[in-house]
Amino acid sequence: MGKERVAVVGIGQTKHQATRGDVSMAGLVREAAKRALDDAAMTWADIDAVVIGKAPDFFEGVMMPELFLSDALGCTGKPMFRVHTAGSVGGSTAIVAAQLVQAGIHERVLTVAFEKQSESEAMWALSLPIPFTPPLHAGAGGYFAPHVRSYIRRAKAPDHIGMLVALKDRQNGLKNPYAHLHEHDITFDSIKDSMMLWDPIRYAETCPSSDGACALVIGNESVADAAAADGRKPAWIKGTAMRSEPTLSAERDTVIPLAGALCAADVYRQAGITDPRRDVDCVEMYVPFSWFEPMWLENLGFAEPGEGWKLTESGVTALDGDLPVNMSGGVLCTNPIGASGMLRFAEAAMQVRGTAGEHQVDGARTAVGHAYGGGSQFFAMWVVGSDKP
Amino acid sequence: MVDIRLPESLRGVEPVRSVRTPAQLDYEFTAGDATSRFLKGITEKRIIGQRATPTSRVYVPPRGADPELGAATPIEVEVAQTGTVTSFCVVNLAFYGSVMEIPYTSALILLDGADLSVMHLIQEIPADQVRIGMRVEAVWRDDADIEPTLESIKYFRPNGEPDDPNVRIPGEGHGTGLGSWVGGVAPTEAIIRNPRTGEGGEVR
Repeated sequence: MGKERVAVVGIGQTKHQATRGDVSMAGLVREAAKRALDDAAMTWADIDAVVIGKAPDFFEGVMMPELFLSDALGCTGKPMFRVHTAGSVGGSTAIVAAQLVQAGIHERVLTVAFEKQSESEAMWALSLPIPFTPPLHAGAGGYFAPHVRSYIRRAKAPDHIGMLVALKDRQNGLKNPYAHLHEHDITFDSIKDSMMLWDPIRYAETCPSSDGACALVIGNESVADAAAADGRKPAWIKGTAMRSEPTLSAERDTVIPLAGALCAADVYRQAGITDPRRDVDCVEMYVPFSWFEPMWLENLGFAEPGEGWKLTESGVTALDGDLPVNMSGGVLCTNPIGASGMLRFAEAAMQVRGTAGEHQVDGARTAVGHAYGGGSQFFAMWVVGSDKP
Repeated sequence: MVDIRLPESLRGVEPVRSVRTPAQLDYEFTAGDATSRFLKGITEKRIIGQRATPTSRVYVPPRGADPELGAATPIEVEVAQTGTVTSFCVVNLAFYGSVMEIPYTSALILLDGADLSVMHLIQEIPADQVRIGMRVEAVWRDDADIEPTLESIKYFRPNGEPDDPNVRIPGEGHGTGLGSWVGGVAPTEAIIRNPRTGEGGEVR
């Protein structure tokens, strides 16, 4: 028995910013969800089930917030549950929602991911002392910086690549009205001169802490066909994949992880992609620190070993390049952690629907959304297309 | 409809928009057998790892299982107190809850005889002179202060040996890296060791 064909028929997101003091957590998720419903020309009553995702509870200090958010998300009388996969959660939440429709269990599923980082302190939450271990942990940057250094050494990459990625993504973010950072004055030199937080990662090469939410409505084939007939283009989901691997393994490649490549190979196979560099029009990938762009280009099959940075350097990944990456400005502009993965998936869907506004890639027909989490050990990806599979 | 109005005494009071509620969590941590034995070794200033078979990877600190083999690690192996820096970063950022004086150099150190790096502090060398491949040795607390924690090693410092140019940074033992696409071809699970036999995977 095959899967049902499914599509994204509604997309919503909040305005992301450092502190959304104007709304509660419930107000934040409802803002994104309402926009997705409006985009899908649906009401709460049309939704069969709700799937929520967010990063660890310490990021707000509220245990299991999905429970008190259930009424704000119209879950009364409906199935509701939460997905947990660390930073990749926004992606895996969308995948779980899609699978509920692919499996024929539901016709229309609302999926929402969020973070309200202003309500706690993620650096603290990510650096809790581990028993019997020196207290050296310094957030995600402290964890990833040595692996970035390993990549630079392994790929013989010049130092300025990380700065080029930061400049590109921040400039792309200027075209995205929902992006948290709108740094009109950013320059290569201002990035270069920014403080070295976790050498070799600079402040300006690091994602912000954001409040924000993202929501998608995923419908089955008849729902998507009806949307198309009504002039609202669906983004057909052509493949979804997730992979995991252990944190501490002697065989693990913490720089270019096996699980990431296996996830990519699986999702491309489902989508009929044989040459990702040729067959994919644009990519939204999870780049919280700028060096992860070249690292993921190699991990996701867009570049040979040690060649990822050359795509960045030659402008291939620019908005007007041959393979645009992070058209929305990416995680480097907007990082409500739990929502960050879903924002990547949503941007991919917006691109193939042709609704990405100023950051639209002309003629995008096949787009990849990518998210990762933990210590580069949880991966979630989807491929969306403008044509019905 | 009942007319609900703010009492006179509360008019003019600024509305509450947020409340600060610090949370505290105290917990008991059960180290488990493998970590307990490791920590007992530390109290004797010995660093003891574990492996599943006489030839499989040595884990330090041990967690009782080899994640690739999916097997328990009953064989204890004492490893050296010297090792090689496989990578590092210099932390310049103070943050809520942080107890370290900045800047500090936190490094991944592959102890001689171990197969997985431990994260520890590097001192007695300026941060900008630390390098991948640098040889280092453990510096212990005074004997009276030794406790069952990896913090009983105060830090690592250069031991004067020449750098190891062949240091295995994560994934490099596999040629191009485990998750690299080579010639446009994705890797497969076959590249890692066979989880059933423990024999080495294909080298690309």
